[in-house]
Amino acid sequence: MKYTLSVLVENHPGVLSKVSGLFSRRGFNIDSLAVGITEDPAISRMTIVVDGDEHVVEQVEKQLNKVIPVIKVKTLVPADTISRTLSLIKVSVSSNHKGGADGSRAEIMRIAELMQARIVDATRTTMTIEFSDTTERTETLEALLRPYGIKEIVRTGVIAIEKGPNPTRTAKNY
Amino acid sequence: MTGAMAMVKCLEQQGVSVAFGYPGAAICPFYDMLAGSSIRHILVRTEQNAAHAASGYARISGHVGVCIATSGPGATNLLTGIASAYMDSIPLVVITGQVRSDLLGRDVFQEADITGAAAPFTKHSYIVKQAEDIPAVFNEAFYIAASGRPGPVLIDIPVDMQQAEISDILPHGRPDIIGYKPQVKGHPLQVRKAAKALRESARPIICAGGGVFSAKAQPMLEAFAEQCRIPVICTMMGIGALPSAHPLNLGMLGSHGCVPANKAIRDADLVILAGARVGDRAVAAPDQVAARAKIIHIDIDPAEIGKNMPAHIPIVGNLRQVLGELNKLMSEDSPWQAPAQWVETVTDRKRRYDEKEIPDTPGYVEPKCFMRLLSQRMEDDAVLCADVGQNQIWSANHFGVRQGRFLTSGGMGTMGYSIPCAVGAKTAAPRRQVCAVCGDGSFQMSMMELGTICQEGLGVKIVIMRNTRLGMVRELQDNLYHGVHSAVYLDGSPDFTRIAAAYGIPSRCLHSSAEAEEAIAAMLADDRPYLLVCDVPPDYPSL
Repeated sequence: MKYTLSVLVENHPGVLSKVSGLFSRRGFNIDSLAVGITEDPAISRMTIVVDGDEHVVEQVEKQLNKVIPVIKVKTLVPADTISRTLSLIKVSVSSNHKGGADGSRAEIMRIAELMQARIVDATRTTMTIEFSDTTERTETLEALLRPYGIKEIVRTGVIAIEKGPNPTRTAKNY
Repeated sequence: MTGAMAMVKCLEQQGVSVAFGYPGAAICPFYDMLAGSSIRHILVRTEQNAAHAASGYARISGHVGVCIATSGPGATNLLTGIASAYMDSIPLVVITGQVRSDLLGRDVFQEADITGAAAPFTKHSYIVKQAEDIPAVFNEAFYIAASGRPGPVLIDIPVDMQQAEISDILPHGRPDIIGYKPQVKGHPLQVRKAAKALRESARPIICAGGGVFSAKAQPMLEAFAEQCRIPVICTMMGIGALPSAHPLNLGMLGSHGCVPANKAIRDADLVILAGARVGDRAVAAPDQVAARAKIIHIDIDPAEIGKNMPAHIPIVGNLRQVLGELNKLMSEDSPWQAPAQWVETVTDRKRRYDEKEIPDTPGYVEPKCFMRLLSQRMEDDAVLCADVGQNQIWSANHFGVRQGRFLTSGGMGTMGYSIPCAVGAKTAAPRRQVCAVCGDGSFQMSMMELGTICQEGLGVKIVIMRNTRLGMVRELQDNLYHGVHSAVYLDGSPDFTRIAAAYGIPSRCLHSSAEAEEAIAAMLADDRPYLLVCDVPPDYPSL
């Protein structure tokens, strides 16, 4: 089972290595980890997707809380959370001998339109698609594009925010 | 003032009177200032022992232990000491010099990423990049090391930060660290739940761990156990939490513990884990224990609860406070005591166990009887520092602690710990008797500290249980590896009495139990260092 943890940390050098070291040391499996600054520049947020059972996630939470620059750890409830991953996908296109927009190019453009993905680069032999959505929809897009020949995928870790008017506990209301 | 001066001032402000260390180029500005300060510096013979000595000092003084080393090899030599302190939750502030901050990352002479290397074994670490931060960093470091679950905190200071000019340091208050708010008070509801469960139990026991000492909760433990007549077993780190001879003390549990303690936890229907982290050597099958008994787990570190053993009633908080509260709930209104039949069964078993005669080993000193005799002859508040190996198990099971302490490297099992630990303990309590017990293997890992003992005039007593081999590994090889003795013979060891003589330390070698009485008396006759070598049977069991 995958759990998404939202972790507020002090924006110090070395915090990332402290957190990632903890994961490898204790044998916790990270699916993805994304870090960025928050509305308060002294504080960063890490969004960590962990693979494990309930007991593992409880230990991850507790161990993270022991890291001094970690301010707050929250395991997000999937139903109440909006999560996104950004992907850049370079896919092969076959064009007819005139280089026209038929062959697979047109089909890929239709898939992009269907999935609400953006085409951000195109060459004679490739197209690069930008897609920002949930992990599940990203996997769907990948599956749709795979038959055409995916040359490269670059993906960020998942970031997530809780639904509704309240912020996911910032340092100030902690 | 300079950064170095500020470092010394900060240590003085924190009430540090002793530091253990070893200088080098990258920490020289600090040592320059230390020379004129009120702090006594003890020069050890290798950096690892600075950390061990600081650990022994911290455990006896109740204050944060301080050790110092230079950059590179000085710092990396500290690692085993830091890791040992981390495993046993000993508060240390470790100061390391570092190369100039503008050269960091260029692999210059004696550069090592010590904060990175020590990350798995430190509660927290700092690398000072601005000299102005020194006062705040020191203030935080001491607070973090000593509060909550204690542990080592590392401060790495580039040499140019020590040389830089900074403004005067202001008096400090308790630092406000946004991500660090240790919970001290146990949740009242949880404590009430524990009291209710205890009242419903028929066969309760308390399992006391090292946390009892961290929380200075020995009096509360004793009062609680006596008030409610609950038998107590202890982990190796918890030895002495209740006096060994206390009628309710059933001894140490675990793979190297004693039968009465292990039977008690097997038969119990309720176990109060008091500052014990359920290490694998203490409880090999925690799930089985939790299946039979209700577990009340009291710990200051929430991450310990449920980590190795499922807990039915978790209580996060300071043990002294929680045990006090629990005792109040159990004794107010309708005082409760554990069923007499249960208490009698387990204490009888312990009494019979203790009365069992241990056969002598002619031509050798019988180590278990020797430890019993040593504890009887040492003063009530004596400190015993046990090393690691068979000597540790003989000490743990047979050295009776009264008002003294039993110190050992419980979590890491670091060989060579006992002598530097004794150096630190004796420095903290010069008027108490301090004795290090080690094997001939572990002695040779730390025998360079005889120099420190002489230089500082520390009346540390050392007992070597000599069996001419690494006895515990030998035992393991006999039991699990078809008796193939691989790399366990310590041929080539010197005559230890001549080593002692070279340092001007009086010594004696024993070959039989009969000589022990008189030899111990001679060793303890004055407060000078002494080395006693006991020839013990070469293939003798730990238990």
